[in-house]
Amino acid sequence: MKRNRLLLLMAAAMSFTLVLHSVSADTDVTRPEVRYLGTMSCKEALPSNLEGVRLFKLCDGETKVIIAADGTEPGRPMARPIAQMVASTLLTAYQDLKTSKLLAHKDVPHTPREKETFESELNKMIQNGYTLFHSPELGTNGISCDMCHPDGANTHPETYPKFQTQLKKAALLRDMINWCIENPLEGTKLDDNSEKMRALEAYILSTRKGTPLEFGKH
Amino acid sequence: MNAGEKTKNTLISRRDFLRVAASTTALGSLGVFNLDAAAHEGVRTPFTFAYVSDAHLYERKLNKRFIRAVEKAVNDMNSLNPQPDFILYGGDLAQLGQPGELELGKELLGQLKAPVKMMVGEHDWYFDMGEKWRELFGKDVYSFDHKRVHFVVLNSVIVEDYWTEPKMTPMERMKFMAQLDNPKGKPFMVGKEQREWLKEDLSKYDRSIPLVVFSHSPLYKYYRPWNFWTEDAEQVQDILWKFDTATVVHGHTHQLLLNQLGKITFHGMLSTAWPWPYPPEGVPKLTIQMDRADPFDQFDGCGDGTLDVMSNGQANITYNLWSRKPRYVTYDDIERLWITHGLGQLEPGPSY
Repeated sequence: MKRNRLLLLMAAAMSFTLVLHSVSADTDVTRPEVRYLGTMSCKEALPSNLEGVRLFKLCDGETKVIIAADGTEPGRPMARPIAQMVASTLLTAYQDLKTSKLLAHKDVPHTPREKETFESELNKMIQNGYTLFHSPELGTNGISCDMCHPDGANTHPETYPKFQTQLKKAALLRDMINWCIENPLEGTKLDDNSEKMRALEAYILSTRKGTPLEFGKH
Repeated sequence: MNAGEKTKNTLISRRDFLRVAASTTALGSLGVFNLDAAAHEGVRTPFTFAYVSDAHLYERKLNKRFIRAVEKAVNDMNSLNPQPDFILYGGDLAQLGQPGELELGKELLGQLKAPVKMMVGEHDWYFDMGEKWRELFGKDVYSFDHKRVHFVVLNSVIVEDYWTEPKMTPMERMKFMAQLDNPKGKPFMVGKEQREWLKEDLSKYDRSIPLVVFSHSPLYKYYRPWNFWTEDAEQVQDILWKFDTATVVHGHTHQLLLNQLGKITFHGMLSTAWPWPYPPEGVPKLTIQMDRADPFDQFDGCGDGTLDVMSNGQANITYNLWSRKPRYVTYDDIERLWITHGLGQLEPGPSY
């Protein structure tokens, strides 16, 4: 959930940056940094990492819209163009939120922009995995994963977790990935949460789309 | 699939074939058909040849794993008693076509006691277009006779030029070819030049002489995405078709594989290096699939084998699986398999 929300916020931030560009071009004023940070429930406290940033909030009792404006000092009036920009950014963000263009989990379909973001971020991860899977860099003897597993064949990620007799424990896919790296590839095993391991898992899973999940199957 | 459709129309049904075969035998016994062949019938001496295939060697300093496997095969071969008449090496001696890899292969195969017949694979070829391989082993396309059986060795890994236009380096060209699941991969061919050579070579022989063809890729269409495939397979089959008995022995697929199209029987060879899973479609119906290999056992699903050529020219193959019981596929078994599939009623599958 958190990851999804973050992606949404990133997508929203990108769209607002475009809006701000056009405003500054029209008014010919030095462009202040006005950043859309996201939305959250009015009851939730702000994340602690926002301390020291000058924030502007708009709250309707349910949802808060938060933006940050650099180049302004607390307690001092803002220059008019900056104040306008802060206000319009807040309003646009709020309106966008209320017309639900960005939140797909409130009976509203994903926007094309969201879909593009989802797809490109996912494909990037899968592509990184594909590259690693087809490269001898994980090992020391020239062997790469695809040599025994063309198109990810015989990796059956849908059967994990399962008891692996040879490992004497219930194993996850990543345990077998590491086993292969250490044995046929004669390499050093990857950290469970490393980007490389995550990418390899993403690629292997991507080759089995539509396969029923059958954990424990031998 | 167009090729499948085409073959469907031209393939003689099994029943028709048996009818033709029966009438041929009758004509033969009446002395109408080929006196020379009839005169020699029954005097052909059965013999055995062996095979080792798909070693995929890296240079010694990089990888010992695949060397151990070849040494195991060499031990197997040298322990055969009696020794085979010769040993076919089925291609892909090297992994990346490096001179050092091919030289290492030559050194390891040099330990074999029986004579060796070499065949080339794509991993041997696409670094320097076969230059080093030919320097070490001679011609890549040739034929020979042995105990009244005609043997042909093909180079079936010819592909369209994909490297000149994008200005690939030799290593880029090699790696492009070495990736089995390369989505941009080009299909293997025997090619026009070699098909002409084959026609010419075979024109000197009577149809009754048993024919054994060695090719690295299967000479039929099995699974295109992994190049378990020969693009001009039908045209090559048409050339072999005139022979009463033809056996094709191929490498590249690293698995137990059996197919039969009319009079041509196809056997896949095991690899010494690693087994390949069966692809999601296209496995010939006659193939009894090997269960998936145990990844914790380097040698499971790997091995070598022998072929016994009978006095009638048919071949029985023995798969010497290193971590399993051996698998025998006799010509009679194939006949029985056809019966279990419904004699004469087998629908051409995607492997056609």
